[in-house]
Amino acid sequence: MTHSNNATLTRRELLIQLCKLLKEDTIEEQIDRIPLNMRPKGNQSLRCCVHKDRAVLKYKIMALLGFNIDDETDELTSLQDYLHLAKERKTLTPKVMTVVDEACSSCQQGSYNVSNMCKGCEARPCAVNCPKDAVHFVKGQAEIDHDVCVNCGKCLQECPFHAIIYSPVPCEEACPVKAISKDEQGIEHIDYDKCIYCGKCMAACPYGAIMEKSHIIEIFQAWESKKEIIALVAPSIIAQFRQSVPKIYNAIKKMGFSDIIEVAEGAEMTIEHETEEWSERMHAGCQLMTTSCCHAYTELVKKHIPELEGKVSETPSPMVYAGKLAKERFPNAVTVFIGPCTAKRHEAFFVEDIDYTLSFEELGALLVANNIEVEEMNNEIDIKYANSDAQFFAQSGGVSRAIINKADESLKEEIINGIDKTSIRQLKQIAKGKTESNFIEVMSCEGGCLAGVNSLIKGKQAVTVFQKNQEEISS
Amino acid sequence: MTEEKIYKVQICTGTLCHVMGGAELPALEDHLPEEIKSKVKVKGMVCANYCTETNLKPPFVLINGELMSEASIDKIIHYIQNCEKNDTFK
Repeated sequence: MTHSNNATLTRRELLIQLCKLLKEDTIEEQIDRIPLNMRPKGNQSLRCCVHKDRAVLKYKIMALLGFNIDDETDELTSLQDYLHLAKERKTLTPKVMTVVDEACSSCQQGSYNVSNMCKGCEARPCAVNCPKDAVHFVKGQAEIDHDVCVNCGKCLQECPFHAIIYSPVPCEEACPVKAISKDEQGIEHIDYDKCIYCGKCMAACPYGAIMEKSHIIEIFQAWESKKEIIALVAPSIIAQFRQSVPKIYNAIKKMGFSDIIEVAEGAEMTIEHETEEWSERMHAGCQLMTTSCCHAYTELVKKHIPELEGKVSETPSPMVYAGKLAKERFPNAVTVFIGPCTAKRHEAFFVEDIDYTLSFEELGALLVANNIEVEEMNNEIDIKYANSDAQFFAQSGGVSRAIINKADESLKEEIINGIDKTSIRQLKQIAKGKTESNFIEVMSCEGGCLAGVNSLIKGKQAVTVFQKNQEEISS
Repeated sequence: MTEEKIYKVQICTGTLCHVMGGAELPALEDHLPEEIKSKVKVKGMVCANYCTETNLKPPFVLINGELMSEASIDKIIHYIQNCEKNDTFK
């Protein structure tokens, strides 16, 4: 989605409210009031009534506290109770997303329907072309028998009056791997055996019913314990604010991070090792190698295209290298990866050197709660920026660009810009050897990490801001 | 010669406005309809505390000094088109 919508904004408002209360240390008394404050009596409700709205907000907060909504055993558990449970818990889970069943509107199963624009014409191409004989005419109007219809869409293509409409289930439609589906009540559930954590369902749901479970409580606890906390910022960070990079980094530091490590510094190491690995593989007679830095892609291979598994680079991702650097430099510190990506949160769970993750949205909410104006920050900072090739990992084509600059001329790249049903078919062909290229870069988000689901600036604008800031720091 | 009408759109660049949807308002320039394109100037403005001093919601913009809350690209375009239609340019 190029533009933020009200569902996104509600999530951000909740994050801001939560972070403010945590910051003011009034969360104990106030947390159960957030839904009431945001949907006061007498205001127009979004859903059937204000009570439903508040219930939805309550469960969204439960997700932001880091819980699976499915795990609720007693509906009377208050947010204050959940807050206590969150503070006491010792471990996180790799299930990074959860469906807020209260918010899921159980969108009707994706189907073709005849609207009242149907004129019952003589040609009736809808009925003639239906391969299943599912279209019949009742009182001069077409009707689709949903028990027989196979959703092929021929009727929609054929109708000269555009009288047939398709109503999709947005989350199911967005999921490239059929990992989200309905239960008997029509509520969506994520199948974690299939899920690749790309976050596309979350971005697609018009009700904001799919939420990322945040680590905000854990991060505040680390702050309270006065531990040293290191921010590991993804390369796309420089495209999140229309401010200079030093100002952005200084804002993060002011908030309570003792130091900043650019994940791009880890990317420098990924470039080094991945180029070597590619050369070795080519010398050993392999046909091709694919990148490994996008975690949604490596999950895709593991769960859905196992025939590609031996062809994926074994070089660790920039985040893994950056985590190592952080623990070498600051052995006792807490490490927090800050990025635009739901999949990285899943990957980080298995990386020992990364303790927590923070999305760019959460970072934004924390800055607001801390009253930090990025614009007012100092424009100078003592940091050695990672090289441009590494910074460009944020953009689709960036990994290829870096490896091309290092490898010999025999490298022929192919870039898969975005994982969807079509590119999955393409990858399956590549696995069979049907490609001219020997280096395949895959990014789950179209546009690369700059288009990550949690980005604050989206689309073309993100590219412009990225290029401007990138030029500034590399000059 | 009549003086040319220019709509000066100032977008708050404060962190709260940025997070709450203001981040994408500068894309307004790419979305302006032909008929008003040359009449609109988009600029940023330092946070003027509309978020703390009013009960209105972010993101905030000023259009020729007139405050708009919960601003969106569509809302800004509509506002300007209405001014044009009703000749209420300020």
